Amino acid sequence: MAEVLVVVEQAGGAVKKVTLEMLTLARELGTPAAVVLGAPGAAAAVVDKLAEYGAATVYAAEHEDLDGYLVAPKAAALADLVRQVSPAAVLLGSTQEGKEIAGRLAVKLDNGLLTDVTGLAADGTATQAIFAGSTIVTSRVTRGLPLVTVRPNSLTPTPAPAEAKVSAVEVAVDGSAKLARIVERVAEAKGARPELTEASVVVSGGRGVGSAENFKQVEELADLLGGAVGASRAAVDSGFYPHQFQVGQTGKTVSPQLYIALGISGAIQHRAGMQTSKVIVAVNKDPEAPIFELADFGVVGDLHKVVPQAAEEIRKRR
Amino acid sequence: MNIVVLVKQVPDSGAERNLRSDDNTVDRESATNVINEMDEYAIEEALRIQEAHGGEVTVLTMGPERAGESIRKALSMGPDKAVHVVDDALHGSDALATSKVLAAALGTVNPDLILCGAESTDGRVQVMPHMLAERMGIAALTGARKLTVDTNGAGGATLTIERQTEEGYEVVTASTPAVVSVWDTINEPRYPSFKGIMAAKKKPVTTLSLADLGIPAAEVGLAGAYSAVVEHAKRPPRQGGTKVVDEGDGGVKLVEFLASEKFV
Ligand SMILES: Cc1cc2nc3c(=O)[nH]c(=O)nc-3n(C[C@H](O)[C@H](O)[C@H](O)COP(=O)(O)OP(=O)(O)OC[C@H]3O[C@@H](n4cnc5c(N)ncnc54)[C@H](O)[C@@H]3O)c2cc1C
Ligand SMILES: Nc1ncnc2c1ncn2[C@@H]1O[C@H](COP(=O)(O)O)[C@@H](O)[C@H]1O
Repeated sequence: MAEVLVVVEQAGGAVKKVTLEMLTLARELGTPAAVVLGAPGAAAAVVDKLAEYGAATVYAAEHEDLDGYLVAPKAAALADLVRQVSPAAVLLGSTQEGKEIAGRLAVKLDNGLLTDVTGLAADGTATQAIFAGSTIVTSRVTRGLPLVTVRPNSLTPTPAPAEAKVSAVEVAVDGSAKLARIVERVAEAKGARPELTEASVVVSGGRGVGSAENFKQVEELADLLGGAVGASRAAVDSGFYPHQFQVGQTGKTVSPQLYIALGISGAIQHRAGMQTSKVIVAVNKDPEAPIFELADFGVVGDLHKVVPQAAEEIRKRR
Repeated sequence: MNIVVLVKQVPDSGAERNLRSDDNTVDRESATNVINEMDEYAIEEALRIQEAHGGEVTVLTMGPERAGESIRKALSMGPDKAVHVVDDALHGSDALATSKVLAAALGTVNPDLILCGAESTDGRVQVMPHMLAERMGIAALTGARKLTVDTNGAGGATLTIERQTEEGYEVVTASTPAVVSVWDTINEPRYPSFKGIMAAKKKPVTTLSLADLGIPAAEVGLAGAYSAVVEHAKRPPRQGGTKVVDEGDGGVKLVEFLASEKFV
């Protein structure tokens, strides 16, 4: 069977969930082969995890330059590998970096590209949800191989242990790929919460939360459910919560098992980022709030009363 | 500094949006069309750089005749002039074709700095800046929440951005020429003044066809697309479920629901 390349995404040294999802998907299409693009040592740290999810080969493309510049060197190394191994398909995460690498790869290989794919069949037919999730599209790459970016949380990753063979890839980065230099990476305090787009539970607060201080109630419920915290744009614009947690049209797209919207009206631009969630729960004091049209369970009431009581009840049940 | 801002006209994300049933392309005919919101932040950033360092700001759009409205709207914020690539053969172009056309059009202006939005609300593809950089052999600094320009006196500059990542942020630097894409956290776009709106009517807009750019029609549009929509359908709208009014036990009821779904 032909190889399906899965470009590995890492965060803080660990393999991101979307990579495990892609390995799971790749098994339906061919033989999964993981590609690690990073500084020397990057592959060794993750081989076991990749093998656990079925990677038959781990291509280790390692070079300092892959880490020191914005995506261009990674795209160059990946293009070289694709030319060498002629895979059946190439999968990347539909994340900022995944899309950026894919865009460059498409130009380099003169190959079609589909982004934000939620499903991919063995014949290369892809499924995408567009226009705020209101329209479902099936599409295919008509020139070249299926080159797709896969939206996180589109499927459940399942282990399928394999003997991963590590194959070192020669990396030669020329000057034209080294124009955007990363001079500093600043880590910002991040609690133990899962990453927003990968979390299976997301608890979001809107303008109705009322203040930055009150967002503690949102965080508390999220922590009790092992979830991530999100926010509406109105909450972000009001300074209640940082921008990187914004869900919606101009924020993150999430697709968790459970989405809880607290004090969020449910504007179309907010729905754009959450409407494909499995189960949706809403708390809003306005019985006419549009969020109730899509909530599987809604509580009409003051979130400042309902949320602390819910937190208390969860603790009681432990 | 010679700055070009890429502006795309998109169907309003707050209104109903559809694909056409005949050729599966975005229905721009029946939609309310607006400037891609993120591009207004790119225009604002360009104007601030011009105010600090001088030079010229040009708006570049590829789109049908109607996209001219968005060009006037963009010009009313303050840019000096515009270039509009318009050609019937462009209908149905994918990101690859669009980047080919925009790269060729940029070649006619020869900018030091290209500014654009981080993504558009219709495609949300987020690939345009890197595709352009790849084609033009220049740097791409993407997803900027902050941009600093240090001019070098010889017309060029060193650009430094901050971009948000999942772990924190990255500081990335490049020399001009470069393309920089911006998020809506970078600034607060100005509203066009009455004077600006009047002045925009008289600002020069150059229209370019594919022939002007030397691009064969077969390489763009539906015919030249590298991917195709096979079919599309409206997702059945979600059905609202149970709704309870809090009578002092709303939190408990909520948890009972979560428990019934095995979340607690
Ligand atoms: C181009 C564009 C892009 C956009 N992108 C995004 C995006 O990415 N994400 C996004 O979220 N929005 C986005 N928006 C904005 C969007 O249109 C809405 O303005 C926004 O989602 C509203 O946020 P909200 O629901 O928190 O606030 P509101 O609409 O003000 O709703 C607040 C809700 O809280 C309820 N409430 C108030 N107090 C309480 C209480 N004590 N208890 C319970 N309920 C209470 C109210 O009844 C109300 O329903 C975008 C808009 C545009 C034009
Ligand atoms: N047809 C176009 N004309 C001008 N600019 C465009 C066009 N398409 C995309 N862009 C620019 O590229 C950015 C990213 O677009 P996209 O890759 O479609 O999400 C947009 O915000 C615009 O600034």
